[in-house]
Amino acid sequence: MRDVFDVSIRLRRYFTLYTGVFVALVLVLGVLEHFGLPPRWIGYSFLFLTIILYATIGVLARTANVSEYYVAGRRIPAIFNGMATGADWMSAASFMGLAGTLYLSGYQGLAYVMGWTGGYVLVALLLAPYLRRFGQYTIPDFLGERYGGNAARLVGVAAVVLASFVYVVAQIYGVGLITSRFVGLQFEVGVFVGLAGILVCSFLGGMRAVTWTQVAQYVILIVAYIVPVAMLSYKATGLPLPQFVYGEVLAKVEVLETRLFDDPAELEARRLYRERADAIYERILNLPDSLHEERQRLSQKINELKNGDARMRDIVVYERQRRELPQNADEARDRWDSAMHVAAERGATPTHHSTAYPGNDESERNLARVNFLALVFCLMLGTAALPHVLMRYYTTPTVREARNSVFWSLFFILLLYFTAPAYAVFAKFEIYSGVIGSSIAELPAWIAAWSKVGLVAIEDINGDGLLQLAELTLNPDVIVLATPEIAGLPYVISGLVAAGALAAALSTADGLLLTIAGALSHDVYYKIYRPQASTQWRLLVSKTLLLVVAVLGATVAAQKPASILFMVSWAFSIAAAAFFPALVCGIFWKRANRAGAVSGMLVGMLLTIYYLVRVQFDSIPWLGIHGIGMAPWFGIQSVSAGVWGVAAGFVTIVVVSLLTPPPARSIQEFVEQVRYPQMRV
Amino acid sequence: MPLTRKQEAYWRRNLTVSAALLTIWFVVSFVASFFARELNEFTVFGFPLGFYMAAQGSLIIYVFIVGYYAYCMNRLDREYGVDEEHR
Repeated sequence: MRDVFDVSIRLRRYFTLYTGVFVALVLVLGVLEHFGLPPRWIGYSFLFLTIILYATIGVLARTANVSEYYVAGRRIPAIFNGMATGADWMSAASFMGLAGTLYLSGYQGLAYVMGWTGGYVLVALLLAPYLRRFGQYTIPDFLGERYGGNAARLVGVAAVVLASFVYVVAQIYGVGLITSRFVGLQFEVGVFVGLAGILVCSFLGGMRAVTWTQVAQYVILIVAYIVPVAMLSYKATGLPLPQFVYGEVLAKVEVLETRLFDDPAELEARRLYRERADAIYERILNLPDSLHEERQRLSQKINELKNGDARMRDIVVYERQRRELPQNADEARDRWDSAMHVAAERGATPTHHSTAYPGNDESERNLARVNFLALVFCLMLGTAALPHVLMRYYTTPTVREARNSVFWSLFFILLLYFTAPAYAVFAKFEIYSGVIGSSIAELPAWIAAWSKVGLVAIEDINGDGLLQLAELTLNPDVIVLATPEIAGLPYVISGLVAAGALAAALSTADGLLLTIAGALSHDVYYKIYRPQASTQWRLLVSKTLLLVVAVLGATVAAQKPASILFMVSWAFSIAAAAFFPALVCGIFWKRANRAGAVSGMLVGMLLTIYYLVRVQFDSIPWLGIHGIGMAPWFGIQSVSAGVWGVAAGFVTIVVVSLLTPPPARSIQEFVEQVRYPQMRV
Repeated sequence: MPLTRKQEAYWRRNLTVSAALLTIWFVVSFVASFFARELNEFTVFGFPLGFYMAAQGSLIIYVFIVGYYAYCMNRLDREYGVDEEHR
């Protein structure tokens, strides 16, 4: 124990030094920018210097030892495991998307803030210490040992792959976006640069390398997240502590909202959007004739223009519109349906930032409330069931350190989630007070810059030359990415934000890849397929699989699948339904047996997938399936499908376990070992 | 091996602490959020209370729950002479 303590002090010194060097680097780049270093070079410096840093850690921590590779030799002190978990946990979506989601949905977005932190209470109280006492390598490992046989292990592996793969694709996609926006690489090239960045950490050194890289990445991402909003806060209130002073800014936002929402021009713009939605609805009702009419209308227009002396540019616009018309009635219905929803949303009465559960009447408000609570529930249980997070608690030296480590994890995660709502409020204040109502010809430069990459869109629907609130569309990612420019900060801060976003995406991708490769190589290959395999061979298989999964993930990400970012939120529901009941029953209910657990996991997972697919999609064009949509049960949105899955999972485990014989004595002893420390009687 | 009285007592105390803390977690997460509209009528630190609870209040309480659990269980381990540092 003594030397663990000494190591911890030495590590602390290293990482303090490292943080100092990083801050110095940012300052040096800032000074260089002042003397004329072009932004592109600042972007390159951040991108390559950080990746070289991660690669160095990755190479230094290379290992050929199984325990080092899977669980970092179980020597990670609590506080560093906490930081690593923080980086592991906070993904590209947390870093870039959360503040924007809060900007767009106000109070309702806080479900993510609560869900993604409150889940750690469940990790701490119900799972982490017991998993650490069990002390093996993966989550399916626990299920396999606890329930006996290969069935529980295999279902676990399937759930790991299902929940983690989509997630990893989204991270690689995020890397592609960041590199293409900030250093001007082509998106596909960016994806593969990111892939290299991910592989240099995890390939050689496994969990050990990933852990120390994640600690380094945590420092970068948290500095990058807090600095811009602290400066924005200083600008708006004179205090650089956004988390504590945004209450008064929120009050100012409320005043601005009251004024803006009822502005006559604003009402006019919203009415026009509602009319547009109605017009599209009309067109959908008249399918397939309306599609034909639409094509004729455009052709006629083009002919008119060609016969007149119109500019070529105008003709090209209409020709493109005609070319991009839906091919058939089914496609038209899908596309117009979403266009109608967009228009209707912009025409709807906006909600005050702090209003909870908005709605026109009591039942709408109740529905909003039920959905908020259901989402919080799913995110919490999903957090407590995502394998790449739970894995991290295998890496601490003792059970005691595992408990402390959850505390540190939550503490480090909190720093970001405390700041995200402040980001949203400060950005809203800047935009409502400085941008809305100004002339469209004289908007600030950041709006033009970000409209070029499609994250900001402006449409002067009422033609008054001024920007109304309803006319401005923001992609959630833009809030964090553009804050440095909104606050008028030097480009070096934008580069810092990009480095932070990159760190968030890379660290999560590393953890996920290792989890997938670990489940496939350890659980499927070693435990089921070839138990006699040698250590070297196991590591070789694990590294090969890691490479295969990573390349597969990058290939999918390079296709730019639009729905992938949306599907990430499903991972929480799927993980919650598949793992949470089986893990908790495995520890707290000795009577739970194999039949119960396997059927419970399957029922929970399949019900969740069934629900979210049918509620979310009416058609899956690439499978040629149409008309499968269904009305949600009790109005629960698809993102909270886990509510049904978890409930069904628990009920199935209990009922099936009670109907079948109790588990063997050896299994019950296993549960006792997980529950109680070795006692000297 | 059959469980000793000591082990059973240890487990019972573990369960009591966990259950108490989970109750607090539940109240903060779900009961307080359920009444968010009503809580928004009050103001704390310049925030509407319902908004504050979801954005900061509940997060602070979560950290305390996790920290207190670690403290309690580590103490319990020492009390039963099973903490890993004195083995």
